[in-house]
Amino acid sequence: MKFLFFLLQMDRRIVFVLVALAVVAPLIMPLNLPIVVGDKVRRLYDAIDQLPARSRPVLVSVDYDPSTVPELQPMTLAVLRHCFSKEIPVIVTTMFPTGAGLARDAMETVAKEYPNLSYGTDYAYMGYKPGYSLVILGIGENFQATYPSDGYGTPSSKLPILKNVKNYDDIAIMVDFTASAAYEVWIMFAHQKYGCKVGAGVTAVMASDAYPYLNSGQLEGLLGGLSGAAEYEKLIGAPGTATIGMDAQSIAHILIIVLIILGNVAYFATRRHREPAQTATPQQGGSA
Amino acid sequence: MMRRQVPLLICFVAGIVMLSQNFIPPLTWVYQQALEWARIISAIALFIGLISLVRVHTMKLKRKAANYRYSYVTLFALCYMIIAGFLTKYGLFVKLHAGCDTGSAWEWIVTALEKALNFQEIFLNVQIPIQATMFSLLAFYIASAAFRAFKARTFEATLLLIAAMIVMLGRVPLGQMIPGVKEITVWILDVPNTAAKRGIMIGVGLGMASTSLKIMLGIERTYLGMKD
Amino acid sequence: MTRRPHRFLRRAVLSLALPMLLFVLLVATGHAQSSAFDRPPAPVTNVALKDAPDDAGGAITISWTLSPDDAGGAMDVIGYDVRRSTSPDGPFQTVKSVPRGSSEAADETDLDSDVNYFYRVVVKDAKGEAPSVVAGPVQAKVQWFNLGRLNTLIATIIYITLLLYFIFHAKKGKKLFIRRLAGLDALDEAVGRATEMGKPILYVPGISQISDVATIASINILSGVARTVAEYNTRVIVPNYDPIVMTVAQEVVREGFLAAGKPDAYDEHDVFYVTTNQFAFVAAVDGIMVREKPATNLFIGMFFAESLILAETGASTGAIQIAGTDAVAQIPFFIAACDYTLIGEELYAASAYLSRAPLLLGSLKGQDWMKICLIGCIAVGVVTLLFGIESFRDFFETPLMIFRQ
Repeated sequence: MKFLFFLLQMDRRIVFVLVALAVVAPLIMPLNLPIVVGDKVRRLYDAIDQLPARSRPVLVSVDYDPSTVPELQPMTLAVLRHCFSKEIPVIVTTMFPTGAGLARDAMETVAKEYPNLSYGTDYAYMGYKPGYSLVILGIGENFQATYPSDGYGTPSSKLPILKNVKNYDDIAIMVDFTASAAYEVWIMFAHQKYGCKVGAGVTAVMASDAYPYLNSGQLEGLLGGLSGAAEYEKLIGAPGTATIGMDAQSIAHILIIVLIILGNVAYFATRRHREPAQTATPQQGGSA
Repeated sequence: MMRRQVPLLICFVAGIVMLSQNFIPPLTWVYQQALEWARIISAIALFIGLISLVRVHTMKLKRKAANYRYSYVTLFALCYMIIAGFLTKYGLFVKLHAGCDTGSAWEWIVTALEKALNFQEIFLNVQIPIQATMFSLLAFYIASAAFRAFKARTFEATLLLIAAMIVMLGRVPLGQMIPGVKEITVWILDVPNTAAKRGIMIGVGLGMASTSLKIMLGIERTYLGMKD
Repeated sequence: MTRRPHRFLRRAVLSLALPMLLFVLLVATGHAQSSAFDRPPAPVTNVALKDAPDDAGGAITISWTLSPDDAGGAMDVIGYDVRRSTSPDGPFQTVKSVPRGSSEAADETDLDSDVNYFYRVVVKDAKGEAPSVVAGPVQAKVQWFNLGRLNTLIATIIYITLLLYFIFHAKKGKKLFIRRLAGLDALDEAVGRATEMGKPILYVPGISQISDVATIASINILSGVARTVAEYNTRVIVPNYDPIVMTVAQEVVREGFLAAGKPDAYDEHDVFYVTTNQFAFVAAVDGIMVREKPATNLFIGMFFAESLILAETGASTGAIQIAGTDAVAQIPFFIAACDYTLIGEELYAASAYLSRAPLLLGSLKGQDWMKICLIGCIAVGVVTLLFGIESFRDFFETPLMIFRQ
């Protein structure tokens, strides 16, 4: 009974320590749990995989800020690695000012792994352009007028990769990585107005919001959270931080489930011994 | 009288025009124009915000209010990033490098300053870890909130509890090893979850539209600081 | 014996015919290859021009039947150029290029309305190009009504009519019922508690712009809160994410203190701007909660991933917490960590609930009726489609079909 009362009044810092252990331990000692690839991830993979080498470029938009890097950067890297390994040209951009550094970092990280590919011909970084929806619309009208120079200041006319890129017709598929509703703007303008194929990678919390677009065919495929990134890493055969992170996520989820069960056991077992006023706050009385 | 009627009139006219542009294609330029204006206004507002921030913290310093030392950190960080941004943008260090001899003490100082004030480096090594840490707090808080609040007190609460556990299992490899869990997870997310969300969204949409109409008609005017 | 010459003849014919057949086949296939890859592709046919519908002019849609040498993108055609001129004799200028397999393009490049244009679609491959016959004239026209949004207009009119009817109904003095919203009932109690404890109240109006209706709803609630706070002689701290929201919040709180007859008690520095960076904002607000230990925290407006971080920190300081948001993904977090939560549209009903102004209550009634209409439509739609009856669904297409024709 003493233990149950302890559980009921357990300091939340103990919970924090347990969560920290559950996350860190698998990172030190990986469990290598098998990853099952879902249909939503496979659809995006297939859409990119079927493109031939030196095809029309893939447009990647890094529309997130540093806070969601652990969740979204692995999927950005996985998709970039997929394109680079198949020699599919890639154009990287961002609609977020804080995404500029991340987009550049992601592209440069992957580019270093493929020294045979060259900047300007096989990949390009267009940097941040203010205007958001106006920029997305602008690409549909005239890519080079929207981006007169790349993210390093080189005139777009000097980049061979952009020579044949006039608008969305010359983009094989665009993939948006975001923790916000940015992908909806891409769907609204790039897909609905200009017919460009759109894929998305979003945080786990946002994923269920994006399902309706997937079912309606407005999204080619969807990567949701770290698990989506891990599944993509499995498909391209290059396990990265997401795959490692999945072990940690598994253990953390199990820990939370165990904590909830313990919390319930303690709550019900000690119910008779507690004062009625101690039971709960108003709202928690009725909801889980 | 004027102080009250004029804003309400502007609000009404602007509301009608913006509503009409949805249905009258030649009016869409108004929307584009409004977007442009909004960008200009928010750029100016940022200055107002900056003034507010600086005033609040200098006041704290002047009054030596509780924890006033944190205000030094805020003001220092603000100035530091502004300077780093400008110096990086206008390539000052590139110019300074060009003007100094290789191996000289001056070059060493310029290199050190360049590293300390490199916007991209500060962004990658300070802002990303700090923001990612803040976001990661969610994992800890979800655990503590779930532990405290998830109690099977009623039938509905129990149902929610079970659904939550299945979804948590179904989202990770360990749980997916249990047959059927992934399928049930997908079903829970696709069907009851989406249905509930749509229900809330319809209510929210109607609420938004009704609030907008009330604002246009001047029935709802508290946002102007007026009594209803 | 008589068969021998016959057999010989047959062998001779066969021995000659086989190489000949092979030769013919080789030549034929060689010819076929050269026809596909060595000469300019066959031009496109059936070029059709149409003014793009539902726009402000300045756009023309061009469609055509693919070149026989394209075969849906399978052969050597590279793409198509759409060329335009104001005269059928040219000169024609390329206004749009589309890849192979495309049979439609929209021209929106510097196009004037009510001017005659002529078009030519040119098919291209590595060896050359072949223009189609000139099509036209066509004019881009301004449409004064977007027919594609006819249904939306009808629904909007119905909704506005319902709202206006119930608003004017309420004006006549009819008493309207409104269900209890525990979160709003607790507001007074929460402010009272803060007064007793001699601690401030923290009000976070979300992290969105003023253009967000949720932010406006939050400002409406802030107005009421400011008045109550002023009456109780308590302090309200309002940290802001957006500078425009800050200026509006300052105005509203000042008016609230004025309305309570205590303009001098208002301190402008309590309504301030923090930063337009999500997690930096959260860190600042968490800091305020931990240092100032407000007795009551109100999180009302638009929230994103930071909702739980704010609410859990608040819970750890022992404050009474009331949240309200229409961000569907954040509602569960607030429910888990706050004492009361206004879910979705309750946020919009709050202003009416707090003020009990008849006009505002009337609009709530109109909202409910519209919701009943929508639920009815959805239910009838589901049932009819389950029985394979599509006429109800098609009914929504009717106005569009009538007017389009």
